[in-house]
Amino acid sequence: MHGTKILTEADRLMTVCNSCRYCEGLCAVFPAMEMRRSFSDGDLNYLANLCHACGACYTDCQFSPPHEFDVNVPRTLAIARAESYAAYAWPRACAGLFEHNGVAISLSAALSVAVFIFGFAVFNDPKALHRVHTGPGAFYALMPHNAMAALFSAAFLYAIAALAMGARAFWRDIGEPVSMRSDVPSLWQAIRDTGNLRYLDGGGVGCFNEDERPTDRRKIYHHLTFYGFLLCFAATCVATLYHYLLAREAPYPWWDLPVVLGTLGGIGLLIGPAGLLAAKWQRDPALADAERTGMDTAFILMLLLTSATGMALLLLRDTAAMGPLLALHLGVVFALFITMPYGKFVHGIYRFVALVRYARERQMIAGSSLRDASE
Amino acid sequence: MVDFNRKYDVLVIGGGNAALCAAISARRSGASVLVLEGAPKFYRGGNTRHTRNMRCAHDAATEILTGPYSEEEFWEDLLRVTGGETDEELARLMIKESKDVLNWIVEQGVRWQPSLGGTLSLGRTNSFFLGGGRAMLNALYLTAERLGVEILYDAEVMDLEIDNGMFLSAVLKQGDGGVQARASTMVAAAGGFEANIEWLKQYWGEAADNFLIRGTPYNRGAILKMLLANGVQEVGDPTQCHAVAIDARAPKFDGGIITRHDSVVFGIVVNKNAMRFYDEGEDIWPKRYAIWGRLVAAQPDQIAYILFDKTVVTSFMPTLFPPIGAGSIAELASELKLDPAALVNTVTEFNAAVQPGTFDHTILDDCRTEGVMPPKTHWARKIETPPYYAYPVRPGITFTYLGTRVNRQARMLMKGGKPSANMFAAGEIMAGNVLGKGYAAGIGMTIGSVFGRIAGQEAARNATN
Repeated sequence: MHGTKILTEADRLMTVCNSCRYCEGLCAVFPAMEMRRSFSDGDLNYLANLCHACGACYTDCQFSPPHEFDVNVPRTLAIARAESYAAYAWPRACAGLFEHNGVAISLSAALSVAVFIFGFAVFNDPKALHRVHTGPGAFYALMPHNAMAALFSAAFLYAIAALAMGARAFWRDIGEPVSMRSDVPSLWQAIRDTGNLRYLDGGGVGCFNEDERPTDRRKIYHHLTFYGFLLCFAATCVATLYHYLLAREAPYPWWDLPVVLGTLGGIGLLIGPAGLLAAKWQRDPALADAERTGMDTAFILMLLLTSATGMALLLLRDTAAMGPLLALHLGVVFALFITMPYGKFVHGIYRFVALVRYARERQMIAGSSLRDASE
Repeated sequence: MVDFNRKYDVLVIGGGNAALCAAISARRSGASVLVLEGAPKFYRGGNTRHTRNMRCAHDAATEILTGPYSEEEFWEDLLRVTGGETDEELARLMIKESKDVLNWIVEQGVRWQPSLGGTLSLGRTNSFFLGGGRAMLNALYLTAERLGVEILYDAEVMDLEIDNGMFLSAVLKQGDGGVQARASTMVAAAGGFEANIEWLKQYWGEAADNFLIRGTPYNRGAILKMLLANGVQEVGDPTQCHAVAIDARAPKFDGGIITRHDSVVFGIVVNKNAMRFYDEGEDIWPKRYAIWGRLVAAQPDQIAYILFDKTVVTSFMPTLFPPIGAGSIAELASELKLDPAALVNTVTEFNAAVQPGTFDHTILDDCRTEGVMPPKTHWARKIETPPYYAYPVRPGITFTYLGTRVNRQARMLMKGGKPSANMFAAGEIMAGNVLGKGYAAGIGMTIGSVFGRIAGQEAARNATN
């Protein structure tokens, strides 16, 4: 017996798939499945988060609908995955946020913008918002750097803590007794598999999205998004170091490292999410978890908004629009941070953790086989 | 849209591996090609949907094959499984061509599964399709479409217009009437008649009602029947087919690979009278599974039960349907609706006959019985640790061997031996030329790809000359 309806269905499918195994060369899910003969809730949550939703096993399956065996692994695991996010949420009271994530994101974004505008007004005179500020420290005419840093550090640390607690809950649920840190080779393998999206490729030809024609589009857009995000994050880190170590205050000239990193990342974070959104709209409904597309869409939109407002700020920072744009940008980033643990962002964390486990399992089981699979 | 006013160079009837290889090779040879697939798009490809691998000769180990498999060795394997019932000229041609097909099929977009570093034991003789047979088909269809092959689904051929061995047109069902598809040449690659129970009954009698068909309900042999009725020479024994023991709880059609049982060697097999009827330890994989379909077909009510105990439950692949279990042999018999006393007796007799030995299911080991009929000549171990389990099995028909005789060009031969002017055949519809009986893993796909490619080239040459 399983805890939820979708896990019961996932168990049924894994029983079908485990007696077939044609898909074992496509990704990590099926080899992981083959290491088991029965599936606990934790096993199924692990497999669900190992799945990258490339769609190949659906397109290649002789038993997918309309066949009476009704094998639809990508959609079933997508739903199980989304439910697992809620199950691991910290604090538990926030689990419900996943259900309403689209709404939650919008509300918190609005709220965050309000907080910032309010914050500016409190720390400075309201007119400062409309004046033109230039040169080092211009941003802090609106809001003192320390206040800004304190606010963001709090939001950021909260997000990190909540994500870490979620990852811990997942690690325990999938039954890993040992600490992740003690297994460097598996960790390194998972970092590589995450970094090149090894399993978002349909076993080599590309992802299946709108039809049976595989393409690399989703992988490319995901790379742009992921590395764009990392570059933007790096830009922020460098700027922080500049501020505290070198006492150099933002805004920086266009050729300086934080701006170059931020601009490159921002471009990736414009094209990537836009492409992912387009792919999402074109996706074959048979593959999608239709009820939860709101969560995905909201997260992608937040990333897009982060970049769009950041780029607008860069372009218009010497004008009177700087004040409102800065408020908007910081509001969006703030909202992104505080909703991270309760939205699509967590997929990256859980998938990474699942990949670590997969790397461990591969090491332990390498070489065992029960059969000649030919006919 | 397909233009029925047009006369195509090559008409391919069928939509599986053989048909697509024929269509692609004809198109690559410069011919215009129309493919008529009788099934809806999802079920396209007949038995190819359910396949997984192909047997090709090769001179050296590759990334996907662990060692060489010479033409001679392939030929000896074929000779052994068919008991010599094969056309040597065609068989040797197929084996020779299979070497090249191993690479040619990759050029058509099909991908082989690389070694996974241990989880899959890759073979020496057979190459596995990455993602299985439907993935292979999808790749062939994409390539065919890209090359400009026209493909029609739900295209049921009602009649073939053939004049003295010369194909003129096929009549397709369209609404209440029919529409003619004309072509200079025709390749028949429409499979066997395994899904046509009425036809099977002609040879098997009422027993055929208890057969389960492993592939789609669309393999009804309509094209084969029309060709034979139009003077094409037939080949093969109509009762011969590739059949395996599959779970009796499987659906009537299209249960595919996952209903197959490969646990026979780990226990004993009894019929509805709770009696053993064949040496369960006769041979090693893959021959061991290929004979059990026919063996079960010969038993009363075409049902049998694979019996084993707790000790071997994890010795074989997990199964789609769970085994039926009970705490004692008598209880298990009740669950299976067999006579408990008879089953207890059979198991007791068997256990008493088991000789000491060292079990190894990967070789013909020395665990055997003595003094019981039939004997179990290898892998015989006592069934004595509860709980006891059973899988009910029935004959699962994969494909039939009755077909059209062809020559080296895959050109059909008419009764009397004259080659047809413009008709070719490939795949299961002509498998009987090579497979008189028996089966070797992956050989159905070899027949399809090799003769499909030849048929396409020859049909294109015939049409454009």
